[in-house]
Formats: sequence, structure tokens, C-alpha cells
Amino acid sequence: MSFPWAQEYKPQGTVSKWVDERLPLPRLVYNAVGAGYPVPRNLNYFWNFGVLAGVALVIQIVTGIVLAMHYYASVDGAFNSVEHIMRDVNAGWFLRYAHMNGASFFFIVVYIHIFRGLFYGSYKAPREMIWLLGVTIFLLMMATAFMGYVLPWGQMSFWGAQVITGFFSAIPLVGEPLRQLLLGGFAPDQAALNRFFSLHYLMPFVIAGVIILHVWALHIPGSSNPTGVSVKGEQDTVPFHPYYTAKDGFGLGIFLILFVAVTFFAPNMLGHPDNYIPANPLSTPAHIVPEWYFLPFYAILKAFTVDFGIPFTGIIIIPAKLMGVLAMFGSILLLFFLPWLDTSPVRSGHYRPLFRKFFWYGLIPSLVVLTYCGGKPPYTQWVVLSQIAAAYYFAHFLIILPIVSRIERPLALPNSITEAVTGKPLPAAA
Amino acid sequence: MVRLIAFLVGLFFSGMLLLGLGDTVVSAIKEPALPTVEAGFHEETLPVTFAHDGPLGKFDRGQLQRGLKVYSEVCAACHSMKLVAFRDFAALGYSEDQVKALAKGWKTEVPSINPETGEPATRPGIPADKIPSPFANETAARAANNNALPPDLSLITKAREGGPAYVYSLLLGYRDQAGYKNEEGKELLKEFPDAATPPGLHFNPWFANLNIAMANPIASDDLVTYDDGTKATRAQMAKDVSAFLTWTAEPKMENRKSAGWAALGFLLIFTILAFMSYRTIWADKKH
Repeated sequence: MSFPWAQEYKPQGTVSKWVDERLPLPRLVYNAVGAGYPVPRNLNYFWNFGVLAGVALVIQIVTGIVLAMHYYASVDGAFNSVEHIMRDVNAGWFLRYAHMNGASFFFIVVYIHIFRGLFYGSYKAPREMIWLLGVTIFLLMMATAFMGYVLPWGQMSFWGAQVITGFFSAIPLVGEPLRQLLLGGFAPDQAALNRFFSLHYLMPFVIAGVIILHVWALHIPGSSNPTGVSVKGEQDTVPFHPYYTAKDGFGLGIFLILFVAVTFFAPNMLGHPDNYIPANPLSTPAHIVPEWYFLPFYAILKAFTVDFGIPFTGIIIIPAKLMGVLAMFGSILLLFFLPWLDTSPVRSGHYRPLFRKFFWYGLIPSLVVLTYCGGKPPYTQWVVLSQIAAAYYFAHFLIILPIVSRIERPLALPNSITEAVTGKPLPAAA
Repeated sequence: MVRLIAFLVGLFFSGMLLLGLGDTVVSAIKEPALPTVEAGFHEETLPVTFAHDGPLGKFDRGQLQRGLKVYSEVCAACHSMKLVAFRDFAALGYSEDQVKALAKGWKTEVPSINPETGEPATRPGIPADKIPSPFANETAARAANNNALPPDLSLITKAREGGPAYVYSLLLGYRDQAGYKNEEGKELLKEFPDAATPPGLHFNPWFANLNIAMANPIASDDLVTYDDGTKATRAQMAKDVSAFLTWTAEPKMENRKSAGWAALGFLLIFTILAFMSYRTIWADKKH
């Protein structure tokens, strides 16, 4: 694993030696996030976000376990039990607000982590497996967050569950029975709430397991870096500890300051007022919207407005609703194929002039537009904008990226990381 | 092969989206969206500031007590407050005895049973009770209110866009619909002759669909007599009760803000120390 010059773990005292011979757990930690893991010396702040995502998961698990001690998964009691936590449990308001905003901050850092990977080509050989596991974690996170949002049993909880599970009913033939199987009934009710609570408690530990695989896979080739040039020798790396533990400590401080500022001073900024109204199956909210981190995918879902069929015959092969659902899932699943769609041998976007243009002027704006439009009511201007942005999103990954990889003439790469750091400066990011 | 399939899938999805784009534009031209009365005449919340606004804001205890008076003498006739207990009123600056007296003197009694016969009965409130609701159930509430359900007010400022400013605006927002003009000077009934408020509803341009079932609850001054001598104007009562409902929605708001400053202070020192150790450790490494 890793590089031959990695420092070796040397147990000092007799106890450490005794433990090391029987269960070398300290050795494992030393090699994973200690001095035994050599890391490129030129990582920028975007490389902080993996550690930050791990911290966010820990915050969610710790606050979540305590919340579960006071929460009551019942259609009659769930809403009031959350308010009981907010009003009567010691520091319950803090646990609840931290958990609620912790989910948003988890997604913020994971999105930045993913975009780091997209820009610097972290998904390319030999790191494909890390990327595949990462996309898996992202999918698990989305499922966990969705089920968590249902638990307070407010209006958006209920109607969100109604809409999201409704996706399955778009599947031909098996759709409606599948939806009923998932919900345990015809609509979200006690059975659904109970199983969502059970799964919402289980899934974070599944995520933790996949994260272990993600980090394991990372330690085979070692971390990538902003130049994308592979490590050539010892001079290119520094030990993870103390170099990157110190840098991650600073990054963690900034992250926590932002997290605390929102949690304590604007805790409902990212939420929706309707979720402070108890769920009412007889009253549909004017606009059902998911949490902000699902908005781009929600916009893609709503952007498909025409059926796919044979013109002038009225025969419909794929109805618009099913296509929207397929596209929404497809927009994430396509990331699994990214390592084989982008065939350019150059990893870093710094040295790919054409790729960089499409990334900054195409992909990022299209996602910003989709996020914005996803939260808007279906008026013409928002539908038009999301259709343009969604069309670009699919074209970017499935059409543009493979072509760009073929026709682009990348800039000259530095000979080594050390040369890039000590010699001529890196070209500025566009 | 992967890239060929991806290309075709991409072409399909993007193509269908562009077809949809054409369809959206064509239908928008053919059948342009009709202007709605809500879009033209729904009002933004009135500008109002509270002592509890901002990261340093604290509740004005006197105002909360006045707001409680408005709630208990005006709103509580129809609106429940199920999540708040009498004991919580201690946070408004009342003594233990005052809380006991408030609970005991509350207009609605607490549902109970006759200890001898087991028949349903009521008893006076005690501090541990949640505030009793004015109606036994939803059916009774609707029957007494022309089939409209007065919402529970415990969380109302968190459950509405605009929060306390919305409640304040709504309470002062009743207008005479005949001749009503918006800021652009357009007269509602001339622009939308069909939008006349139906009988049984009341015109209020701050309400989502402009017609609210609730009659103006503070139609005149001096509906309550404040203990501290404050003049009970309509605006004063609306503001006091909006502040009170902010407290009922989040009684721990002051704890949240003060804990927030402590956490920020700690983290600031932590981050400075972390930055200094980062710089020290990397001092000899160019990166």
C-alpha cells in the first residue's frame, strides 16, 4: 500500500508493542491518517473537503442518536415529539437545529468534494474505484436525507414523501405495486413513517462502511493533486500527519464557524415554513418543494414536458413523467460512467483549456440555474430555463466531454509536483 | 461502446428537453398565462421591527406579557395553542403564583374526568397543563366558524413566510374591497370583476388568496386594557401579539443566540490557533 518511503509505525512502549502484535489497530490508523500516509505536498484547500464530509457525518450520527432517544415515530406523535425536543428536552433545540442544518452542510461539503473531483479529474485511472464508491455514498446520502426529512411529519415531510415515492408509480406495470410495497400502504402513513425511521437510523452506518472502502481504495494509489501529475518520489510528498492534519484542522475551524453561524443565528433559513405545519393528507401545499440540495434533480424531473412517441399516431412509447424520472436518476447514475466518458489522459482541469471552459461556463452555470429553477413554481420562464440547463447537463457529460477529450490539445504538464511547486508557477485557474 | 451508448442517451435526453422547450414556448405564445388577482394584489409584509430581531436581539418581556393578554382575551376565543404549557409563561417574567393564577383563571377549562363517575368533565388549569383549546375537536371548531378551521397558533410565526411581520401585516391588513387600489393605482374590482370577496369571507390583501375566513379580530382600539398602561392601539396590539407568537414558536430563541456567540468565540480562537499551527508546521515546506 502507498509508497515505499512511507514512514513505518514503530510502537514505543511495551503496551503499544503488545497491542501491535495482537491487533495492529494503531498501526492501521497511523498508516491511514497518520505519518505513515505520504500525501502530495501541493494540495490546495479543495482537498480539505473529504475530511470535512467525514466530520459532517459524525455530527449527524451523534446528534441523530440523541434525537432518536426523544423522537416518537408515529403519525399522531412525531410532529409533537419534535416540538417536545425543541421546547422541553435539555439543549434539544440545539440537537435538532444542528441535525437539520448539519444535513445541509453535509451536502455543501460533499458537493464541493464532488466538484473538486470533477475539475481535477480525480475519477481517472488509477482512482476509478474511489469515484465509484463516492457516487455510491452520494446516492446513499440522498436516500438517507430524504427519509430524514419525512420524520418530523410536517406538511413538506408528508407531501415530499408522497411525491418522491410517486416516482416509482411512473414505472410501467410494476410501478404502483412497487410503490405500495415501499410505503407499506396506499399513501405515506404509519407503516411508511416507521420504516423510514428504521432505515434513516440504519443508512448512516452503511454510509460509514462505504466510506471505509472509499478511504481504503484511496490509499492504494494515494491522493491525487492539483497538477494531476503522479507522485514521482519522496520529495513530492509530505506525511499526512502533521502536515495535513494541521491544514485540515484550520479548514475544520472555518467549516464549523459557518455551520455554527447558520445553526444558531438563521436555523430555519434553509428549511421551508410549511414543515412547521403538521402533516395533513387532506390539504396539499401550494408548492411542494424538496430540500435545497435536491432542487437540481427536481428541476430535471419537471423539465420533461413532452411524451416520446411516434409522431402523428398518438402512440406514446415513454410518457413525459416516466422520462423525467429516468432522467432524474440518470443524471446521477451517469456519474458512474464518467471515468470511461472522459478519456483524456490529463487529469487536472488546469492543463485542459477546452475542458475548463465547458466546466466553468457550462456545467457550473447549468447546475446553478437548475437549483434556482427547481425551487420555483412551474411558470413558463422557469420551465424554459430548466429545460435549457438540463439539456446542457446531459450533453455536457454524455456528448461534450467525450468529444473534448478527443480533440483537445492539453497544455504542457510540469515534470513533477516538486517542479510545479518550486519552479514555474501553476497557470491560473480560469 | 460505453461512449457510443452514452452519446445516444445524451442525444435522446437533450433532444427531448429541447423538444419540450419548443413545446413550452409554443404553448406559452398560443395560450399566454392569464394574470392572476394574487399576482397583482397580494401585498408584501409591512415593515416592522422587533426587539428580538437580529443576532443580538432579546425578547421585550413587557411586550410579551402584553401579547399574552391580547392572545388570551382576543385570539384564544378561536385559536388553540397546543404546544405551550402554562408553566412556560414563567419565561415571560411571571412569578410562580402569577403562573398558577393565570392557569386557574384561563377562560377555557382543561378536559378531565369526574373522579367519581368517570364521566367527561373539566377542571381549572394548573401550571403543568398545556393551554386548553377553545374547541373540543376540529368538527366543533369548523361548526363554530362557518366551516373554516382556525389554525393552532403555537408555531404560526415559523409556519408562515415572513414570520412575525406576516402576522402583524395580516392583523392590520383588512381593507374595504370596494374601490381598493394597489400601489400601482390599479383598482382590484375593475381589473378582476369576478374577484369580489364571497360572503362569509373578508378581504385582506396580505392573505395568500386575498380572502380570509377570519373577521378582523382587532377592528378597533382598546380591545384589551394593558396592565402597564400602554395605549392599546390596533398597531400596538398587532405588534405585541406578533412578538408573543414569536416567543411561543421558539421559546428557546434567547438560549440559541447566546449559545451561538459562545460557540463562535470558542471556534474563532480554535481557528486562529489551528491556522498558526498550520503555518508553523508548513514553514519549511514550499507548497
